[in-house]
Amino acid sequence: MKGKSNKQQRLWLAAVACVLFSTLFSIVATAGAPRPDIPDAIKGEQCVEDTDFMRRNHMDLLLHQRDETVHKGIRTKKHSLKECFTCHVVKDKDNKPLTVSSPKHFCRECHDYAAVSIDCFQCHTSIPSNKEMGGGKTKGSMRGGL
Amino acid sequence: MIQENKNQIDTYRRKLLGGGAALAAAVTLGPGVLFTSVARAKADDEAVTSEVRWGFLIDTNKCADNCDKCVTACNDEHNLTGFGRPETDAQWIRTVTLRDKKSGHTTKLPMMCQHCANPPCVDVCPTGASFKRPDGIVLVDKHICIGCRYCMMACPYKARSFVHETITNQKEYSPRGKGTVESCTLCVHRIDNGEIPACAEACPEKAILFGNLNDANSDIAKRMTAEASTEIRGDLRLDLGVRYQGI
Repeated sequence: MKGKSNKQQRLWLAAVACVLFSTLFSIVATAGAPRPDIPDAIKGEQCVEDTDFMRRNHMDLLLHQRDETVHKGIRTKKHSLKECFTCHVVKDKDNKPLTVSSPKHFCRECHDYAAVSIDCFQCHTSIPSNKEMGGGKTKGSMRGGL
Repeated sequence: MIQENKNQIDTYRRKLLGGGAALAAAVTLGPGVLFTSVARAKADDEAVTSEVRWGFLIDTNKCADNCDKCVTACNDEHNLTGFGRPETDAQWIRTVTLRDKKSGHTTKLPMMCQHCANPPCVDVCPTGASFKRPDGIVLVDKHICIGCRYCMMACPYKARSFVHETITNQKEYSPRGKGTVESCTLCVHRIDNGEIPACAEACPEKAILFGNLNDANSDIAKRMTAEASTEIRGDLRLDLGVRYQGI
């Protein structure tokens, strides 16, 4: 008899703990946790694919594009890494683009939030070139020489 | 008998395949379109093909003793900054001075990846990171390079460097990172864009001639037909993309 009541008491406690925990968690999730502040694209309203598709599949597009570019020399911009941070460039007060060392960088906003560490920028630059930003030098063409 | 028959069938198959390929090519090209000007800049979404083979013809007679403009142009183009450690600092082009022991005559030449048709670096790479593009450019896919440096050992031209330090401020067209091997890319980003490599552009004497070795009408092919040129360590039969004159 005594054993049974003990068991009931424990179940009770577990149920209360569950309810408390889930309430607390939902409060934190809805109110407390900082949402990523995703920078708008400078070129337009719409990403190269639907936003929902991009959220789930951008890594596959990048991986595919990476192999196409390195091995086949296909240099379309649509799914390139460069295009991500060129279009979603974040600038500081002096109008200079922020590198990935800043938590405000486009790629970091979500990856920090989702605790995904990417190593793209160990080799790749994380800011658009001068040319992409409207400046830059023009280079000679080889068409005449060949 | 069975063996003979099989061989015959194989021959038929080959003939048929050959004919099919020729037919396919004719259909793709269309009437009146010939592959004479492969040197045109390709479209961005077009894959490179083996119709083209890029290469250099370097006239060492034009190389001045104190000139290293091709080296600095390369360093600037790819942001190859040194760390004060000449033993390990990245070097995609270096100048080599040859001295004839008897006469004392010296010849200076720029040395870079020779973009072999049969590259030993590709043979030894355990991951497939070291590869040759269809147009003859030998590259490292740094995404899959594990930094084992077998290719550096295999290269007879000492053309490859290993990145020992953390790199910052890379050029957007030339990603470089610690723990990977790298070498002359023949400025592949420029070539894909219809431009010539940085060293060839920077040479004040036009000693480095860049072009398509497969196109008989290109400047480089014409000069190679008209004038003597040689491969360095041609005895290795690697079929180099870079040839020299005056050595």
